[in-house]
Amino acid sequence: MRREGSPWQGLGVVMLKELSDHLASMRMRVLEWLVVLVALAAVYAAITQVRDVTAQDPFLFLRLFTTARERLPSFVSFLGFLVPLMAIGLGFDAVNSEHNRRTLSRILSQPIYRDALLFGKFLAGLVTLAISLIVLWLLVIGLGLLMLGVPPGGEEMARAFIFLGVTIAYAGVWLALAMLFSVTFRSPATAALVTLGLWLFLTVIWPSLAPAIAQAFVPAEDQATLVTTAQMLARLSPSTLYGESVLALLHPTTRTLGPVYLSQLEGAVMGTPLPLWQSVLVAWPQIVGLVAASILLFVGGYVAFQRQEVRA
Amino acid sequence: MSDTVIEARGLTKRYDTATAVDGVNFTVGAGEIFGLLGPNGAGKTTTILMLLGLSDVSAGEARVFGHDPMREPLAVKRLVGYLPDTVGFYDNMTAADNLHYTGRLMGLRSAERKAKIAAALARVGLAEVAEKKVGTFSRGMRQRLGLAEIVMKDARAAILDEPTNGLDPQASIELLELIRSLKAAGVSILLSSHLLDRVQSVCDRVALFNNGRIALMGTVAELGRHVLGSGYAVEIEAEGGDGLVKRLSALPGVRGVEAPAPGRFRMACDRDLRAEAAAAVVAAGGRLRELTLDQPSLEVIYTRYFQNAQEEARHAA
Repeated sequence: MRREGSPWQGLGVVMLKELSDHLASMRMRVLEWLVVLVALAAVYAAITQVRDVTAQDPFLFLRLFTTARERLPSFVSFLGFLVPLMAIGLGFDAVNSEHNRRTLSRILSQPIYRDALLFGKFLAGLVTLAISLIVLWLLVIGLGLLMLGVPPGGEEMARAFIFLGVTIAYAGVWLALAMLFSVTFRSPATAALVTLGLWLFLTVIWPSLAPAIAQAFVPAEDQATLVTTAQMLARLSPSTLYGESVLALLHPTTRTLGPVYLSQLEGAVMGTPLPLWQSVLVAWPQIVGLVAASILLFVGGYVAFQRQEVRA
Repeated sequence: MSDTVIEARGLTKRYDTATAVDGVNFTVGAGEIFGLLGPNGAGKTTTILMLLGLSDVSAGEARVFGHDPMREPLAVKRLVGYLPDTVGFYDNMTAADNLHYTGRLMGLRSAERKAKIAAALARVGLAEVAEKKVGTFSRGMRQRLGLAEIVMKDARAAILDEPTNGLDPQASIELLELIRSLKAAGVSILLSSHLLDRVQSVCDRVALFNNGRIALMGTVAELGRHVLGSGYAVEIEAEGGDGLVKRLSALPGVRGVEAPAPGRFRMACDRDLRAEAAAAVVAAGGRLRELTLDQPSLEVIYTRYFQNAQEEARHAA
């Protein structure tokens, strides 16, 4: 059956309205403070450490992102849990709050499709997250410039830039997940708890559970299969995908994200960095995986929303 | 009747376990106020959502201005304004901003939108609170703001779901006044309600819903004749007189006479027999105190209809 009219009609209107709601909301105020504090903490920790350790590192600037200091995690691991929290915070009540305010049927009785409402909300959330992340990224780089006094090279900037893009894609996954649950659960509190629970499971429990599951199914003698199976299972978690792609991008010496075979080491000079595009290629499956996961989750939410009854 | 605006033919909505709306047929003519009446859960809102293309149709078809809401929902929604049951607005936005948002969704340009919003808010009497947040609004003000949205849309038909639900008497009288003024402006109106006396005062025709079906349809007078059996009831209060019940029963066109209290009589008849009844009382030497013609009230029709339906069900069982 063909529908008349464009599914995008009203998309821009919904997106701008949601965006202005996000930017003016209390949540955004909290996010802004989080961003500033995280940037300060991470840069402080990294810089005091970097000064002591490596003056010779060719990728000194990237160490800003990855260096941790006692009791303070690195900037990247900060992001690893800050980004899902931000995304879930923006998405968990996207659709069910419209139900509860009884605005949904009134808005949908305007000449727009449901597509525009859902996609507009997703885009607005993603743009809000992107704005916060870009600000955070610029803050870290700016502070790094001031305090290290070393300008970053072109390749370092390119790597940092791709890292920013991957982080936004990672945020998209959690935003899409939160929106999926905001469609399926009528109560925002339930939706938030379920999303946070799933996030904790995927981030904290799943990586350690994956090897155990692999051991249950793969004979112990076959070490290679065991390791790869465990890794494949662990990669079902977006946090693992993000961690791996960041590793490949910000540590240019990373040659592979899986087990290393002897044949791969032939002729390799240990400890030499890979060129930028080789690093991107190493992380490519992970990056595609993140983008695909957000698309899949969004489609799930879209299908659920299309079939949902609008009556309160 | 004039042109058909809304038409439902065999409209049916099935859920996994139950049939919410079962083969409903009705039409709403241009410039008419049509009421869907029935108890809660009778399928009124589901019917409305199907007409707007907001809910899938399981069988049958609906036409709104000749458009199929399933295939051309945008065309339908451009022409029809909808006021949902207990309408909601964004509480943190002003009344005008709420309308600006929906106005943008309708595709109105900025200047046009401003003029239309001001005019619509003035029309429903909310001009002074245009810049106030909707969070401070009473239920009645929200309903009126919902009507303002329909006015702003220049809708040719309006679908109102339980418009007076939860309003105090004053607010609901004002709202019904606004609904009448919409009709005067040439808008066809479909409204649903379970508040009968309110609806009776505005509807041209009504359909009585029961368990997802239309049990009865027509003007209030037609329904009264159908359900109560007789179109007219004359109430008489008289003093003295001999054998008044007998004399009144003997009048041509009288179906029955009851005497609920001494000196009070209630006469069911085929036509307006007030004059004949007065003459009969006087002829019997009685003093006539009061003589009234009972219009069939929708409330009575409704209650009687469902009583009858229940009795029939009991007999069948």
